[in-house]
Amino acid sequence: MKINLGFEIAKSLLLARWKQTLVAAIGVTFSITMFITLLGFMNGLNELLDGLILNRTPHIRLFNEIKPSLNQPVNFHSDTTKEYNFIHSIKPNGGRLSIYNAIPIMSKLKSDKNVLGISPKLSAQIFYNVGETDLNGVINGINVVDEQILFAFDTYVTEGNSNDLNIVPNSIILGKGAANKMLANIGDLIQVTTSKGERVKLKVIGFFQSGIQDIDKIQSYCSVETTQKLLGVTSNYITDIQIKLHDLTKAPELAKYYSKLFDVEAIDIQTANAQFETGSSIRTLISYAVGITLLIVAGFGIYNILNMMIYEKMDSIAILKATGFSGKDVKKIFITIALSIGIFGGFFGLVFGFGLTSVIDQIPFNTAALPTIKTYPVSYNPFYYMIGGIFSIATTYLAGLFPARKASKIDPVIIIRGK
Amino acid sequence: MIVPSLEAKLIQKEFHDPETIQVLKDINFKIDKGEFVSLTGKSGCGKSTLLYILSTMDTDYSGELFIDGISMKNKTENELARVRNEKIGFVFQFHYLLNEFSVLKNVMLPGLKLNKFSEQEIEHRAMEKLRILGIEKEALKLPNQLSGGQKQRVAIARSLINDPLILMGDEPTGNLDKKNSIVVFDIFKELAHSFKQTLLIVTHDQEFASNCDRIIEMEDGKIISA
Repeated sequence: MKINLGFEIAKSLLLARWKQTLVAAIGVTFSITMFITLLGFMNGLNELLDGLILNRTPHIRLFNEIKPSLNQPVNFHSDTTKEYNFIHSIKPNGGRLSIYNAIPIMSKLKSDKNVLGISPKLSAQIFYNVGETDLNGVINGINVVDEQILFAFDTYVTEGNSNDLNIVPNSIILGKGAANKMLANIGDLIQVTTSKGERVKLKVIGFFQSGIQDIDKIQSYCSVETTQKLLGVTSNYITDIQIKLHDLTKAPELAKYYSKLFDVEAIDIQTANAQFETGSSIRTLISYAVGITLLIVAGFGIYNILNMMIYEKMDSIAILKATGFSGKDVKKIFITIALSIGIFGGFFGLVFGFGLTSVIDQIPFNTAALPTIKTYPVSYNPFYYMIGGIFSIATTYLAGLFPARKASKIDPVIIIRGK
Repeated sequence: MIVPSLEAKLIQKEFHDPETIQVLKDINFKIDKGEFVSLTGKSGCGKSTLLYILSTMDTDYSGELFIDGISMKNKTENELARVRNEKIGFVFQFHYLLNEFSVLKNVMLPGLKLNKFSEQEIEHRAMEKLRILGIEKEALKLPNQLSGGQKQRVAIARSLINDPLILMGDEPTGNLDKKNSIVVFDIFKELAHSFKQTLLIVTHDQEFASNCDRIIEMEDGKIISA
């Protein structure tokens, strides 16, 4: 049978019951629209929440941890196969927080092919002096340019210009929470006390708001040099080296490698933030489940309509078969009907889905926790549109398959003799 | 040797539901090319059952059926559909036209399915058939705008579109009034005589049957006179 002929017959059958056909197509359109909207919205949220942590978390962090030595001196003097030593309350000796040979390690890492970029960091425990009260705080010494590139630092600086850290001497970007407590404005001088008791005046050049309130109450940012000055240490004093990789999945493996190579502690992002992937994957799973349920319901609609059409068009099917159309041809015609409902319904579903997500994208959404977000977060990932398209065709095909098989098995003799 | 259009050899058929009844017993006959044959008998004698076996639509029988000298045994459903399309024209008691298509398109459908000629050629041939049957003016109407007699003539045109080897009719005048019955009969007669069309018409209308070239008479599943 010529393909055209099949299409033509399918089209005339469709148009003969155009109202039901339209209802079926609207069913598919509706479910695909909701599927796209739901997934777009869910994943927009996922990306936002993941970004909140993942953007600002280095893939690998190198640091020194102060801990007791695994090889205690007593082990050198005893044969452990025959004797047992019981030592309690082992304390670490005065280890240092800074990384040995931080500068050569950094230049070595910069030439590593796996590494996208690195950013040094050092932290200083301080107190913010507010009149008579001292507030606990941490100053992170960072290299602003690296942080901007690797960790989207500017996204979280809500007021002021982060580049001023490098220009204005003894400048600080205060956490928004800390600033509120101190009633500090941009341009004000604040006073902090370092852990060694020194008092230093710093100029506020901006505010930092991460969206996680506990962090904003405590953390502030200075340049690496200012922080080193605060601590009274030399310019090779770095406590953390943050590494961003080209491929995030290599992090655990490379963390072990760097740990061994540079003799430092290394922690990878997967170990540090295991809970985020779980949350994301479950949210995605729920969206798919809802989307597929909608499609299955639409599929039943198509199944019903085709079944009805077959009962109504029994005579037509019988005469087609009597005049030489085979069961296969009849099956093709009904599958064509189902698929055209699926394709048209699915196509408009994708279009409306895109429209609806765009509308959601424009709805204002302001929350104190997420300063950079002004509207609802949505994702326009083409992958979901592809899945939606494939699902709409697959469901309608399956919904059409059973009625089409039934139609192909209609015995023309029974129909014609029954008259 | 001239191959007969249709040959039945020892065809038997049984219905099994609710109990086994033999409806056709040892049916043997031939129809040669150009013959105008009527198959008559009382209601329930098995003449329609036989016709559906001969038309290849019913495959549940024993014995052998030859169409154009080719055995229809062991043919797949697809192959039988092809035989029906190419070699058999069928006219039923009811017209069975597709209401979604115009008269012309209804006539063209089996031709388009056969796909032997181009669409223009098939359209031209369909118009030709409609003209022979005197309804070319109705070509672009929908079937439900036509009278009963006109519809049946369209159905005949449809059965002729692929120039079938044999035209079969199952009580083609059963639903028509006297006047239209005569018109349809005259058409069959003209087809048989002017166009040498082979015809096998099932009817219980004795007057219709007696005007045919040959009468096959059945009773209780057997042929009593051929």
